Amino acid sequence: MRANFIFSEVWIGLRRNLTMTIAVIITVAVGMAMLGVGLMINAQVTMMQGYWYDKVEVSVFLCAKNSQIPACNGKAITDAQTKALEQQIKAMPGVEKVYFEDQAKAYENFQDSAANNPLVNATKVEDMPTSFRVKLADPDKYQPVIDALNGQPGVAQAMNQKELIEKFFVMLDKLRGGALAVAIILVLAAALLIGNTVRLSAFNRRRETGIMRLVGASNLYIQLPFVMEGMIAGLVGGVFAAVMLIVAKVFLFEEIGRYLALGAQIGWNDVASVITLTMVIGVLICVLASFVTLRRYLRV
Amino acid sequence: MCHPRSVLTPRLACRDALVIHFDNVTKVYANQNRPALDHVSVDVDKGEFVFLVGPSGSGKSTFLRLILKEERPNSGAIHVAGKDLARLSNFKVPHLRRRIGCVFQDFRLLPNKNVYENVAFALEVIGKPRRFIRKVVPEVIELVGLEGKAHRMPDELSGGEQQRVAMARAFVNRPMILLADEPTGNIDPATSIGIMKVLDRINRTGTTVVMATHDAAIVDSMRKRVVELEDGKIVRDQSRGVYGQAY
Repeated sequence: MRANFIFSEVWIGLRRNLTMTIAVIITVAVGMAMLGVGLMINAQVTMMQGYWYDKVEVSVFLCAKNSQIPACNGKAITDAQTKALEQQIKAMPGVEKVYFEDQAKAYENFQDSAANNPLVNATKVEDMPTSFRVKLADPDKYQPVIDALNGQPGVAQAMNQKELIEKFFVMLDKLRGGALAVAIILVLAAALLIGNTVRLSAFNRRRETGIMRLVGASNLYIQLPFVMEGMIAGLVGGVFAAVMLIVAKVFLFEEIGRYLALGAQIGWNDVASVITLTMVIGVLICVLASFVTLRRYLRV
Repeated sequence: MCHPRSVLTPRLACRDALVIHFDNVTKVYANQNRPALDHVSVDVDKGEFVFLVGPSGSGKSTFLRLILKEERPNSGAIHVAGKDLARLSNFKVPHLRRRIGCVFQDFRLLPNKNVYENVAFALEVIGKPRRFIRKVVPEVIELVGLEGKAHRMPDELSGGEQQRVAMARAFVNRPMILLADEPTGNIDPATSIGIMKVLDRINRTGTTVVMATHDAAIVDSMRKRVVELEDGKIVRDQSRGVYGQAY
């Protein structure tokens, strides 16, 4: 095998089809970046689900003094009411655990979950509501508990946190679906483009390949330059996609995460594995598309 | 002694000396009723020089393409260089072709490579080491009579010279068989004599030469074996023959 011969052939091929090669690189780069973003959203969602579903519980916010919520009538909950409420919740079917969150604990949790949020500095301990946190045996059966607790004396509002998070997850799911759909379409476009490029290349070099066939060059020798062309285009596209993904991680995921206090954030090792995966997929698709086209246009 | 052409039955005994062996070969192209080759049986010995003559469409090119395994016969058996082509996997076809050189009417040189590079290309693409290429390419350029023109581009050469380059390329890997498809078809008669001399020189090194041609003068002057095809059938097979004797 003479590597420099193959490489000079590859170089000639790429240069002759420069515009097509650029088109392939751009398509592969954008397609792989979309695929990568989809995968990153996926990793983010999985991570957040793990983080949040552990914590998800029914929150029963209690009335504080001067509360604006109509159910309280501006009166704070009394100690007796608190005790009675706790007993009532504990007696409910499906309730696994109940614990009381006072203002100090609530403030601490808020600070943790919204570390970078400017609101933290403007919030005082006295502003935090007290609440019962109810852990259910089956997190999906929250409705009867909420219905029973809303309207009890001293209860400002009973609500399921899952409902709030669920909306966010639905949005993320849609984003992920959108990114993956765009990725699939672009990957298809890239495969067709590569097919065309290889076809052009094969046509441009039909004299050379004809002679190679005649003098008994092996299929590998004849086909390798074309496949390498596809592979190099795929690799360069993959590198661009990697850059886009790093930018997306820094300016999209981290920024949004900081803003929305998502709690969990994908790390660089996730980004690295996504980049590796998209590179492999990109190069594989390019090589496959080249091979399939060669089968049709370069009979050996 | 082994005379495969005259011996009909114990062919196996002669197989080693046979370079090309066609046994009852029929080739019908798709969408055509008339066979391009019709039950053709021919044996060619090692070192022979064979003219393949006959009108256009008589099956000469099909015969050459079958030897290269560019086409498969519909029936019959073909052995080339001791290999049964029906049993030769596609994977090994390139190795068969390395033992066969080819020359065409239209030269088929690469216009962007000079004489030396055109000849070297045939060795580069089968992975020969550069040292070997540097040694044999000048030798074969000299053999075809192009010494001193190694760095000319094809468009700076006459038709005869271009055909010599093509012959050098076909012969540089010392093939067992040289197939020539009307090599003098684009060349004037005076220059053709030079081309035939080179083919004869190649033949003398022990390479079997099969040449398809329309050129009666050349066939008559060489006095070699002549196989005449007509409508895909062999109508004449003569040693030391001439072009038009059958008419």
